Amino acid sequence: MSSTTARVAMPPARGLIPLPGSTRGLLIQVALLVAVIGLGWWFWSNAQANMAARGLQFGYGFLDRSAGIPIGESPIAYSPADTYRRALTVGLLNTLRVAIVGIALCTVLGILLGLARLSSNPLLRGLVGGYIEVIRNTPLVLQLVFWHAVLLQLPSVRQALNPLPGVFLSQRGVKIPALLAEPALYAFLAAALAGAIGWWLLLRRERARQVATGERRPTVLPGLAMLLGFPALSLAAGFVPTVEWPELAGFNFEGGLSLSPEFFALLIGLVVYTSAFIAEIVRAGIQSVHKGQWEAARALGLPPGRIMRLVILPQALRVIIPPLTSQYLNLTKNSSLAVVIGYPDLVSVANTSINQTGQAIEVISIFMAVYLLISLVTSALMNWYNSRVALLKER
Amino acid sequence: MSATTAPAGPAFTERATAFLRACFAGPVNSAITLACLAVLYFAVPPFWAWAVTNATWNGNAETCRAAGGACWAFVREKFWFSIFGLYPYEERWRPATMIVILVAMVVASTIRRFWGRWLLLGWAVAAPAMWLLMQGGVFGLSFVQTRQWGGLTITGIIAVYGLALGYPLAILLALGRRSELPLLRWFCTAVIECVRGVPLISLLFMAAIMLPLFMPEGVTIDRLIRVLVAYTLFTAAYMAEVVRGGLQAMPRGQYEAADAIGLGYWKKMRLVILPQALTVTIPAQVNTFIGLFKDTTLVVVIGVFDFFTTLRAALGDPNWLGFPTEAYLFAAGVYFVLCFAMSRYSQNLERTLRPESR
Repeated sequence: MSSTTARVAMPPARGLIPLPGSTRGLLIQVALLVAVIGLGWWFWSNAQANMAARGLQFGYGFLDRSAGIPIGESPIAYSPADTYRRALTVGLLNTLRVAIVGIALCTVLGILLGLARLSSNPLLRGLVGGYIEVIRNTPLVLQLVFWHAVLLQLPSVRQALNPLPGVFLSQRGVKIPALLAEPALYAFLAAALAGAIGWWLLLRRERARQVATGERRPTVLPGLAMLLGFPALSLAAGFVPTVEWPELAGFNFEGGLSLSPEFFALLIGLVVYTSAFIAEIVRAGIQSVHKGQWEAARALGLPPGRIMRLVILPQALRVIIPPLTSQYLNLTKNSSLAVVIGYPDLVSVANTSINQTGQAIEVISIFMAVYLLISLVTSALMNWYNSRVALLKER
Repeated sequence: MSATTAPAGPAFTERATAFLRACFAGPVNSAITLACLAVLYFAVPPFWAWAVTNATWNGNAETCRAAGGACWAFVREKFWFSIFGLYPYEERWRPATMIVILVAMVVASTIRRFWGRWLLLGWAVAAPAMWLLMQGGVFGLSFVQTRQWGGLTITGIIAVYGLALGYPLAILLALGRRSELPLLRWFCTAVIECVRGVPLISLLFMAAIMLPLFMPEGVTIDRLIRVLVAYTLFTAAYMAEVVRGGLQAMPRGQYEAADAIGLGYWKKMRLVILPQALTVTIPAQVNTFIGLFKDTTLVVVIGVFDFFTTLRAALGDPNWLGFPTEAYLFAAGVYFVLCFAMSRYSQNLERTLRPESR
C-alpha cells in the first residue's frame, strides 16, 4: 500500500506525522474527514429517526407559526399571536440591548476602578482592591440572583423610592423620564452630532497645522462650544424635545421609560462583574508601560494629563485592547444567563420555543449562529481598532 | 494602637505612619481618604449589626425573625444538605469519603514535589474510584442514581472530571491547531472557535436536548454525563488556547534542536516541547480553571443541583422562608474562599516558576 512505500522512502526517524504533502499526512487527513463525515451522518440519521418517532420533521417552517409566547418586555411591538420568527427577534434585540448598554457602562466603571487601583491613596487602593477580588472570585450566576433578590425587595409601586425627580424605584423596576421620538428630538440629536463632527474636524485641522508649523492652538473650548452650542441653537430655533415624565396612575406608572427588575438586575450584575475584570486589565496595561516613559515625559516638562494622554495611554492601549475585546465578548455571552432570572433574552425565548415546538436542532442552530456572528463582528471591530492603535505606535 | 501589641513594634509604627502620611498627602488625597472613611462609616456598622450583633446562630425561623439580624441558624440547618444534596441520608459517608479523596488529590497536586508520573497515575486511579464510590452497584454498595447526587459534591465532580477529561483533549486540540496538516488544523480551529464563540449555557442546552436526539433510539445518556460532555468540551476549548499560547512561546530553537537529534513528532512534543510549554502556562491554566470552576454554577439551567442550586432549593423550605441573603452570602463566601485560594496559588506559582523574570 502507499503507506508502506512512504515509510520506505522516508528517513527512519520521521515520527508518526510527517510533513505535509507526504502520503502519511494525507492519510491522516482523509481519516479525519471520513470520521467527521461519518459521525455527522450517523448523528443526522439518528436525529431524523428520533424526530420522526416524535412526529416532527426537520425544517425551519415553524418560524412562521404563531408562537404564543408571552414576552414581558420588547423594544419592538410584540404580542403572543406573533410568529416564532418575531419572538426570536425580540429575544435577540433584548440581548443586544443589555449587551450594548452593559459594554458602555462597564468600560467607564472598569476604567475608573482600574485608575482607583493605581491611586497614590493607600486606603482607596486597598478598598477597591478588596472589592475587585470579591467580585472576581464569586460566580456571576450568584451575583445575578442576588441583585434580582435585592431589586425585588424594593417597596411596592405606591411607596416607590424617588431618589431623583422623575426617577422611581419599585418592585416593578425602574422608571425614568423618556424623550418622545418626534422631529424635534431628531433635530436636537442631529445638532449634537454635527457639534461632535465639528469638534473632530477641528482637531484634525489643528493636528495637521501643528505637524506643519509647530504652532499649538486651543481646541477644547471651541470644540465644546460647537458640541453644546449647536444643540442649544436648535433648542432656540424651537426644536424642543418633549420629555415624558412617569406619573403614578392607579396601581402602576404611566409614561416614561420603564426598565424591568430583570433587565436592571441583569445589567447591574453584568456591569459590576465585567468592570472588575476590566479594572484589572486597565491596571495591568498602565503598569506595563515602563517607568522610564513617565520619567522621560516628565523630564520633557509635559503636564500630568498630557503625559497620560500622549505617552502612557497609546502604549498601554496596545496591551489593553486584546483582553478588553474578550471581556466584551464575555459580557455578551454571559447575558445569556438572563434565563436564570427570567429576562426574555435570545436564549430564554429560544428555550421556550424548543419546549413548545420540539424543534431543538433548528432553534439551537439559530441561536448558536447568532452568538458566533456577534462574536465575529465584535472581534473584527476590536481588531480594526487594535490595528489602528498598533499603527500609532509604529509611527 | 500601642507598639507592644504588634510583633515587630518599630516596623509596625513606621508602616502605620507611612500609611497615614500617604492617606493625607495633599488636599486631594485627604479628600479621597475622608470620602472612603465616610463610605466605610455608612456601610460597615449597619452590616456588622446585621451580620454579627443581631444575628441568630441557634434556633429556628421564629427566633431569627425576632432577633432581626442575619439568620445563620438557617445556614447551619442547611449546611450538610448543601454539601450532599438529596444523596440518601444513611449513605452520606460515600460522598464524604469522595470529598476527602478529592481534597487530598487536589492538595497533592498543588505541591510541586509531587508533579510527575505518579500523580497522573494517582488521578487515573482516583477518578474512576470516586465515581464508583458515588454510584455504587459494586462491592456491595447500593446503587445511587446520579439524579440524587447534589450539592458541593456535584460541583466538585463537574469541575474535576471536566478538567481531567478536558485537559488531554485540550492538548490534542492545541497541537492540532498548530499542525502542518491543513484539514486537521482547520478542524481543530473550528472546534475551538465555535465552542469559545457561544455561551456555555447554549452548550449545556445542546447536550441536554440535542445529544439524546443524536443517539440511536432507545439509547439514553445519563443527565450528569451529558453535562460532563458539554463541560469537558468547554474546558478543552479554553484550555487549548492557553496551551497554544505556551506552544507559541517556545523558541524556534527548541523545535529545531529536537528535529536535529532526530526525534519524531510525538517524541519531540512529549519529551521537549510540551513539558516546557505546559509548565510556563500553569498560572494561566489555573486562572482559566478558576473561571471554569465558577461556571459550574451554570448547570442550574438544565436542572442539575450543584452547590448553589441546592442552597437555592433550600430557600423553598416552608419552615425557613425569607432568608435568601444569608444563603447567598454563604454561597458567595464558599466560592470566594476556593477561587481566591486558587488565584493566590497561581500568583505564587508565577513567582516560583519564572525566577529569572523577577
